[in-house]
Amino acid sequence: MYLEKVIRELSGVILTRGPKLCNFVEWRGHKVVYKRYASLYFCMGIDQEDNELEVLEIIHHYVEILDRYFGSVSDLRLWFIVCELDLIFNFHKAYYALDELLIAGELQESSKKTVARLIAAQDSLVEAAKEQASSLSNIISQATK
Amino acid sequence: MIPFSSGTRLRDMIRAIRACKTAAEERAVVRKECAAIRTSMNENDQDCRHRNLAKLMFIHMLGYPTHFGQMECLKLIASAGFPEKRIGYLGLMLLLDERQEVLMLVTNSLKQDLNHSNQYIMGLALCALGNICSAEMARDLAPEVERLLQFRDPNVRKKAALCSIRIIKKVPDLSENFINPAAALLKEKHHGVLITGIQLCTDLCKVSPEALEFLRKKHTDGLVKTLKDAVNSPYTPEYDIAGIPDPFLHIRLLKLLRVLGQGDADASDAMNDILAQVATKTESKKNAGNAILYECVETIMSIEDNGGLRVLAINILGRFLSNRDNNIRYVALNMLMKAITVDAQAVQRHRATILKCVKDSDASIQKRALELVYALVNDTNVKPLTKELIDYLEVSDQEFKGDLTDKICSIVEKFSPEKIWYIDQMLRVLNEAGNFVKDEVWHALIVVISSASDLHGYTVRALYKAFQTSSEQESLVRVAVWCIGEYGDMLVNNVGMLDIEDPIMVTESDTVDVIKIAIKHHALDLTTKAMALMALLKLSSRFPSCSERIKDIIVQHKGSFVLELQQRSLEFNSIIEKHQKIRSALVERMPILDEATFSTRRAGLLPAAVSTSGGASLDLPNGVAKPSAAPLVDLLDLSDDLPAPSSSDGDFLQDLLGVDLSPAPTQSGLGQIQKAGTDVLLDLLSIGTPVQSSSPTTEILLPSQNDKSPIATLDARSSSSSLSAQATSSARAAPMMDLLDGFGPSPLKPEDNGSVYPSLVAFESSSLRITFNFSKQPGNPQTTLIQATFTNLTPNVFTDLIFQAAVPKFLQLHLDPASSNILPASGNGSITQNLRVTNSQHGKKSLLMRMRMSYKIDNKDMLEEGQINNFPQDLG
Repeated sequence: MYLEKVIRELSGVILTRGPKLCNFVEWRGHKVVYKRYASLYFCMGIDQEDNELEVLEIIHHYVEILDRYFGSVSDLRLWFIVCELDLIFNFHKAYYALDELLIAGELQESSKKTVARLIAAQDSLVEAAKEQASSLSNIISQATK
Repeated sequence: MIPFSSGTRLRDMIRAIRACKTAAEERAVVRKECAAIRTSMNENDQDCRHRNLAKLMFIHMLGYPTHFGQMECLKLIASAGFPEKRIGYLGLMLLLDERQEVLMLVTNSLKQDLNHSNQYIMGLALCALGNICSAEMARDLAPEVERLLQFRDPNVRKKAALCSIRIIKKVPDLSENFINPAAALLKEKHHGVLITGIQLCTDLCKVSPEALEFLRKKHTDGLVKTLKDAVNSPYTPEYDIAGIPDPFLHIRLLKLLRVLGQGDADASDAMNDILAQVATKTESKKNAGNAILYECVETIMSIEDNGGLRVLAINILGRFLSNRDNNIRYVALNMLMKAITVDAQAVQRHRATILKCVKDSDASIQKRALELVYALVNDTNVKPLTKELIDYLEVSDQEFKGDLTDKICSIVEKFSPEKIWYIDQMLRVLNEAGNFVKDEVWHALIVVISSASDLHGYTVRALYKAFQTSSEQESLVRVAVWCIGEYGDMLVNNVGMLDIEDPIMVTESDTVDVIKIAIKHHALDLTTKAMALMALLKLSSRFPSCSERIKDIIVQHKGSFVLELQQRSLEFNSIIEKHQKIRSALVERMPILDEATFSTRRAGLLPAAVSTSGGASLDLPNGVAKPSAAPLVDLLDLSDDLPAPSSSDGDFLQDLLGVDLSPAPTQSGLGQIQKAGTDVLLDLLSIGTPVQSSSPTTEILLPSQNDKSPIATLDARSSSSSLSAQATSSARAAPMMDLLDGFGPSPLKPEDNGSVYPSLVAFESSSLRITFNFSKQPGNPQTTLIQATFTNLTPNVFTDLIFQAAVPKFLQLHLDPASSNILPASGNGSITQNLRVTNSQHGKKSLLMRMRMSYKIDNKDMLEEGQINNFPQDLG
């Protein structure tokens, strides 16, 4: 239940902060950087030595990758509700994207194009596997008629 | 057979959960889904595994327990297909962490996948490993990952680089293996591999000094060139952010250069130019540029000094500090924190701006600025800074008050130039934010007040005035109540007026009023009430005319549900009514509280007061002699029943503030007995106590020793360390058993016929005689068995007789428990105690022993000491 507690407390701290305030809070001895995109808050816990301004860029990097992936709007300043639901119903895909961006908390790739390409390649592997499975099942169901 | 047919689909479950209006509804849905998943898992349903795990992950994110799904992850990872592995690894990372033992089972699958032909599957394995592996897994799989650092595909190389970071963090010994392959990555052109390679090198330097040396010598120039190329590179849409080509690369390079340049003049020299270029040329309109400048300034401040660069850095810092963007200002405060170590003067110049930041509307900036202020305080600026901070305390938000109060109290305590300033500042703080002041802080204040005898009058008057305006501040009330109780007479008679004061009119009755109000206003605060009752007792003695009125107030608590208050009420009432003769002695002015002891105890260095088992509590943690009030020990024994939780820091003052009626040892010399038993032994062996001179004693003990052979002389160092290792064992019947003897207790065989030796009067004084009878076991000449007999030569019975002995290092002494510790008078009975001495220098050196006997006559402590140099020669 620890995860839930973290989310609850942290959201409490962050949601009460006004819009003009800086994007950094200290919570239980950790530094947390957060950025708001419409109704979504992206928060990252960082080490003492990390560069807070860079982390803001990393968050933005991720948001742009997600946007490109879910492909709703090209203009990032309009982040429709649709995208929020995309994240909820496709959370695992959001994680796949995150895994192309960060490993062990460190940045993995600075090119959005490359990240997008890698995710697309893996998605097509999944598609191929699905097609194979469904064609197999077709064969089987034909055979058992 | 249609795949994905059984059970709800993932999105249906998510929809159902989101549609729930109450937590109970949600729990019901989740429960149903979990049951379905469990059934499906039990049936080993291959097709649904993927979907089940996805559902489980969602449920996990909501906060429900999902450990039953862990094995599913393993099964999916072990499957052949890419989609299964993909979700299996994700599930692994979400549902498990390195503490789970189940994780070990994945090691084999990971190994296979790290060698897979499909580079994406390799990627999955590297990602999972890099995110959650344990130290054991790291060790197992490190060779694979190392190999992959040179794999043909850049996607794999960059993931391997980051995975390696976790490995060397978990198992630093392995870092040597990674140095060369990591350094090779620094020459890459692919940005992803380059930045991950740079990150790996940075972490290697932190973990391995060899890596640092190697990279510093061989790669600093290369890295400088890479940064130059990055800064000067043309526009590429792929990497451009806010007009800067790949700021992430810039920043990582700056970080690595920082690590390499720190502490090394040559490396620092090599990077001067590029740092200057970055500092001057980087656009600071957008966040990306500022992020680079921030990193650049941090690097400049960390490497070896170059005047010009530092000036550049300070300039940037100044610009950031006055920027309107809160993020930039926050980061500027960070930079200033770093700059203090480098150029404290420069930072002091910005003090005014920093103070302004303390009052900022942004809580994060306030916190940062406050820490910075704290770091800036020194003896010259402490007074104006404190004034500013306390002024702000009056208007600050409630959330910030706690932090601010803490820091102010810290500053005041650390830097206080004179006591009157300390007291003034603390009074202001108590006035303003007394409820935020920690217990140990106002305890310390009382200690300081008590030690400033010339300020007692001033302090009590100031507190009286403060009370009139701020009686809702708990700590203020407590300190005021204590002081008015102690120094009430000074208050009423305007004693000890300072030049700056005006006389005030306070009657005896007024002081009683104050206490009465304190009790009423803080009806729920038991500590305050208890202290108030104590103060009333003191006042009843100082102002006998108010006794009646005080009695009436005290008596109101005799029915209190709180035992402590009830007890105090009844007992104080009784003192006022029936024991006027001793009352004044009881509540005499307290002696000065020992600041030094208080601060060391507070820092937790001294052991907590040894509690005597049963009987009257003769403990005095600070060893200060108190006016003797022995006859009333039982009547007024107020043990630590105070309901208010007192930490070990508070115990000390609790004892003094609440339990100050416990009797003192009548002689200061006896104070030693009250301390932990080790103090006694230290005295005996004259080790470790700087006060006593050790040399004459050691000479007496070892008359034949002139040289410093480690075996023979009392090796003060090791003895005291072995003593302190045993410091916690309380000294009771056989202290030496714990301290100098490693052997467990074993029964002596007194009837063994070794040679017969003459008995020895080991000690004789007018009150006590100790006789030693010797024997040895045959075949064991080094060990002497001694039976000690104690005889009481006085007409008074001795109680609590404790015998302690010390021997030089070449002897080992073992004491059995005594037959009794009550010694009847006039020799009408005796106590026996067996000792065993083993002589490692048997034949070369004879036995020597020093003794200390403590006992009580009529509950008065007595102490006698002696030495035995005249053991029978043939004992050996």
